[in-house]
Amino acid sequence: MSSPRSRNFTNEEIKDLFLKLQSLLPQPNQRRNQTLSASMVLNETCTYIKRLQKEADELSERLSQLLDSVDTTGVDVELIRTLLQQ
Amino acid sequence: MTPKGVTLNTNSHKIKFARRFIRTLLRMRKNAPSSSSIEEIRKRSQRIKIAAYSSMAHAVGSRRAWSRAILFKLRNRARHHGMMRRRSMKKRVIKNDPPGDQSQTNKLRQLVPGGKAMDMCSLLEETAHYMRCLSTQVKVMQTIADHFSK
Repeated sequence: MSSPRSRNFTNEEIKDLFLKLQSLLPQPNQRRNQTLSASMVLNETCTYIKRLQKEADELSERLSQLLDSVDTTGVDVELIRTLLQQ
Repeated sequence: MTPKGVTLNTNSHKIKFARRFIRTLLRMRKNAPSSSSIEEIRKRSQRIKIAAYSSMAHAVGSRRAWSRAILFKLRNRARHHGMMRRRSMKKRVIKNDPPGDQSQTNKLRQLVPGGKAMDMCSLLEETAHYMRCLSTQVKVMQTIADHFSK
């Protein structure tokens, strides 16, 4: 008898995963100590991911518009330095 | 001398992503005609978007299911460019979705690369990692755009 590809995780493990997901969401300060329902976590996760993907779209457009006018000498070194300092 | 507050772990994806992405951008700039038309700029923005996701997936590598899904899709794209794609054999996966949460879980499966084939717990784990990387990706793109605007 072959075992299924996914084992049944305990409720505790699933609860921990939802808590972890909630901690990664951008959250207003008031809610920081509350535990949101699984449904709310899923909802806000989807909203957040959609927002990030939309931002990536808009930034791609902006980068395409800016690319022609960039002075490319040494720009990669400058950028990596800036990013390391963040 | 390491910059203050840098942890190599969190920075490694970010810097690997940035190096690859910036290299691609500069290559696009080199290959572009001296003045791009509006149509060319629009088409290029689509290629830039793909380059961003591709660079992040490469930075993460095969460590995660979501990055493997993106890399797989990119390789298939390159291989079958312009040709009809074979229907992929779908394996049966036991998903263990909580009852009543069907539509929300399905929405999440559509947003996370490879999400449709994951069981519930893998989906939650992959989502957490994907969200962090996506957020990093956006921040780096923002930094680059700000730098280019100067």
